[in-house]
Amino acid sequence: MNYLYTAYSATWIIHLVYVGYLVRRYMRLRKEIGELGK
Amino acid sequence: MKPAFSILAILTAVLLSYGLYQALVVAPTDQLQGDVYRIIYYHVPSAWTAFLLFSINFVASIAYLVSRNPKADVLALVTAEVGVVYCTIVLVTGPLWARPVWGIWWTWDVRLTSTLVLWLIYVSYLFLRRFSSGGQTPVLAAALAIFGALDVPLVYFSIWFFRTQHPQPVVGGGGSIDPRMLHVWLLNWAAFLCFAGLVCWSRYRVEILQRELEEAQALQALLERNPQ
Repeated sequence: MNYLYTAYSATWIIHLVYVGYLVRRYMRLRKEIGELGK
Repeated sequence: MKPAFSILAILTAVLLSYGLYQALVVAPTDQLQGDVYRIIYYHVPSAWTAFLLFSINFVASIAYLVSRNPKADVLALVTAEVGVVYCTIVLVTGPLWARPVWGIWWTWDVRLTSTLVLWLIYVSYLFLRRFSSGGQTPVLAAALAIFGALDVPLVYFSIWFFRTQHPQPVVGGGGSIDPRMLHVWLLNWAAFLCFAGLVCWSRYRVEILQRELEEAQALQALLERNPQ
């Protein structure tokens, strides 16, 4: 069962890390666009 | 946020939750492998999602080479990146399934090796996109993607044509699977497809924003250099 839960956890962690990367990149872009508009 | 995006996000959350419940609680236990076989409900849908994304990348790359349409280039980049995410899941969950069932984490047979090569090709593609700044980068990347996509059918059909440690296909390959298992399998694939669609949509928007910002910065630099 440990292998099963590790595999499922790993899948979710990979998904969440990528989503986190996208959100951080989006926030940084919005900030840069805001600074450019000033 | 567009209403369609919100609807897709809600649908994805529902499907992922229901798929997880079905995979861990409702699907019957395998007589030979026990509960560890349930890794199949994440491992195989991830592989199929990666194959689909790399196939879209292939079509978008050809479309870019033919038309030089920047939207095709963005689509190719996005599908390659999200495809690598799903291919990574395949390469992580595979050994975690192999260890208790085969007694080994990894073996250099055709299916596993070609999957690793596929991952390396698309990681190389992303490195090329990230670190090459020449104007020909999208063209070079599209050419690499076309060669990379040739590995997709090799990965898929390798277990049909070669003797491998990896099991033979139970869907579409003459094998059989309990209909209750197939239902959970397809449900999780639908959930992964929705999630991949959502992520591709977001990544596409981020890439468009990035390119707009770079254009605006270039214009600003030009105006500062030539104020009149």
